[in-house]
Amino acid sequence: MNNVEIVYKKSEGLTDKYLSYCPGCTHGIIHKLVAETLVELDLIDRTVGISSVGCSVLNYDFFTCDMQQAAHGRAPAVATGIKRVRPNSIVFTYQGDGDLASIGIAEAIHAAHRGENITIVFVNNAIYGMTGGQMAPTTLIGQKTTTSPNGRDAKTQGLPLKIAEMMATIPGATYIERVSVHNPSHVRKAKKALIKAFSIQMENKGFTLIEFISTCPVNWGMTPKDAVDWAVDNMIPYYPLGVYKDKTAGEEK
Amino acid sequence: MSKVLMKGNEAMALAAIKAGCEAFYGYPITPQNELPEYLSKHMPLYNRVFVQAESEIAAINMVYGAAGAGARVLTSSSSPGIALKQEGISYMAGSELPGVIINVMRGGPGLGGIQPSQADYKQITRGGGNGDYYLYSLAPETLQEAVDLIKESFDIADYFRNPVMIAVDGLIGQMMEPVDLDREVPKWDLKPKTWIADGNTKNRKKNVINSLYLDPQDLEDHNMKLKEKYDEMRANHQRYEFINMENAEIVIIAYGSVSRIARSAIEILSEKGIKCGILRPITIFPYPKKAFSKLPLTVKNLLVVEMSTGQMLDDVIISNERGLPISFFGRVGGIVPEVEEIVEKVLEIVGGEKHE
Ligand SMILES: Cc1ncc(C[n+]2csc(CCOP(=O)(O)OP(=O)(O)O)c2C)c(N)n1
Ligand code: SF4
Ligand SMILES: [Mg+2]
Repeated sequence: MNNVEIVYKKSEGLTDKYLSYCPGCTHGIIHKLVAETLVELDLIDRTVGISSVGCSVLNYDFFTCDMQQAAHGRAPAVATGIKRVRPNSIVFTYQGDGDLASIGIAEAIHAAHRGENITIVFVNNAIYGMTGGQMAPTTLIGQKTTTSPNGRDAKTQGLPLKIAEMMATIPGATYIERVSVHNPSHVRKAKKALIKAFSIQMENKGFTLIEFISTCPVNWGMTPKDAVDWAVDNMIPYYPLGVYKDKTAGEEK
Repeated sequence: MSKVLMKGNEAMALAAIKAGCEAFYGYPITPQNELPEYLSKHMPLYNRVFVQAESEIAAINMVYGAAGAGARVLTSSSSPGIALKQEGISYMAGSELPGVIINVMRGGPGLGGIQPSQADYKQITRGGGNGDYYLYSLAPETLQEAVDLIKESFDIADYFRNPVMIAVDGLIGQMMEPVDLDREVPKWDLKPKTWIADGNTKNRKKNVINSLYLDPQDLEDHNMKLKEKYDEMRANHQRYEFINMENAEIVIIAYGSVSRIARSAIEILSEKGIKCGILRPITIFPYPKKAFSKLPLTVKNLLVVEMSTGQMLDDVIISNERGLPISFFGRVGGIVPEVEEIVEKVLEIVGGEKHE
């Protein structure tokens, strides 16, 4: 058996707890990428993660680093509190679109505005997953949810918020990118974005946010495969992928 | 040590520095602005953290984060801002995090006014946010007492792993008084903070700071564990002062600035031959219930005086085990009761009685 070689295994940044996510939900892929990034950069034993209110609320049990659970939307404030007193620790938040783009938009904007040296992992699935599929600020026009049963109507419910674009306008922010995890090549790109963001934090260069296009097959009422296709066909055109801000561009490596 | 003349808010800020406060997070509001202003200048000199947050909600959640990372941490505000902080205070109690909150109370409801008030008594003493929890709440009467209690409060918060509220009114925040900042205060027996989540897991297992318990039995167990702390506070950590209590026929019950005014009133009353004592609660949670069983048998009447329409009054009714008649006098809206008004009220109650 000497010729057996391990080519892939679960990240050491993840515990053995069963993930609480529905089958086909891309929250799981994003967890894996965050954990792998922290392990590869050798940060896992000097990191505090902030779990927010949403489907990912239980992820204080999933990552092997220290974790603190935050009130709905307040994760960037909690992260600020920690980072200011423990500047040598790596601090990240993991937040859904209801959490960050709605109730917690002020905390997200002001953490960026102050240039807090933290990383936000922002998971945009265009819906409130945990509470059963209500409309989020990121819900697409025409998208049916339990509180937009006839489809989101721009006249009364506004146009979906583009968080990466918006955060990129904040002078204090250092690095903002939007990625997707709908296929292996994009999963690899998403990992690169996380490596970039956490490296910037390691170098004390300031605020980073990576927006993930994510799926919610259960509340979208689709199979996992259809959900991924729907994200590609509907979300990515409205939420284009790419780097929206990079203050470190052009710096020597 | 020597006394210095300082403004209340500044002296309270310096007291926190002396107590080893490592970080302050706050948002401007009158009448407590001099406190964060002082810290914005002085915390950096001690290599400590000062952050002006975007809101009181953000500030208290920063406090929650820093406390979870093991830091000694402070926030201050006034009534409308304290209302906004309730979310984070509840999370701190639920996650068993220490921290000190200074509330320089002003009149309400709503935007209310900016003058002194005690109208947040119920919010302070009943928890204030969601869930079954309490704050150890101290209501100093003078600036010296405020300074001493703030210095001790960081120990108290650490000891109970629970937030401590310092409840003062705008009078204490705004007045200038000579104060000794280096007076010895009681030291509490503190255990090392092995529970912190500061990110450093090189030599220990991971820690989680959390208030979520989805299993009802787990949450009940957690609630009962919290209740044990509140029961210990009630059993062993009530604080109060008796003033002029010997042979008193009537007792004024008042805390904070109001008890100070009552002190002047009882002098005038004593000149008129009326023996009036004062029961001054120092902790408003736990309420000093024990004091009521120690009132001398000469006491025939109780008079509650507050800068509210009668909030502590309910605690007096609950604690009045001898069933003494209770009267109430309150001024609100930022109006401070006058000595003469209190004297008059006492005379009205004891009036007609013969004083041989
Ligand atoms: C103060 C407060 N308001 C509302 C809720 C209920 N709530 C829980 S999760 C959630 C929405 C989460 O949606 P999102 O952030 O998009 O995360 P997802 O579940 O989609 O990953 C809401 C509104 C709460 N827990 N606290
Ligand atoms: S409800 Fe949606 S977002 Fe939540 S775990 Fe299920 S699929 Fe994922
Ligand atoms: Mg969502």
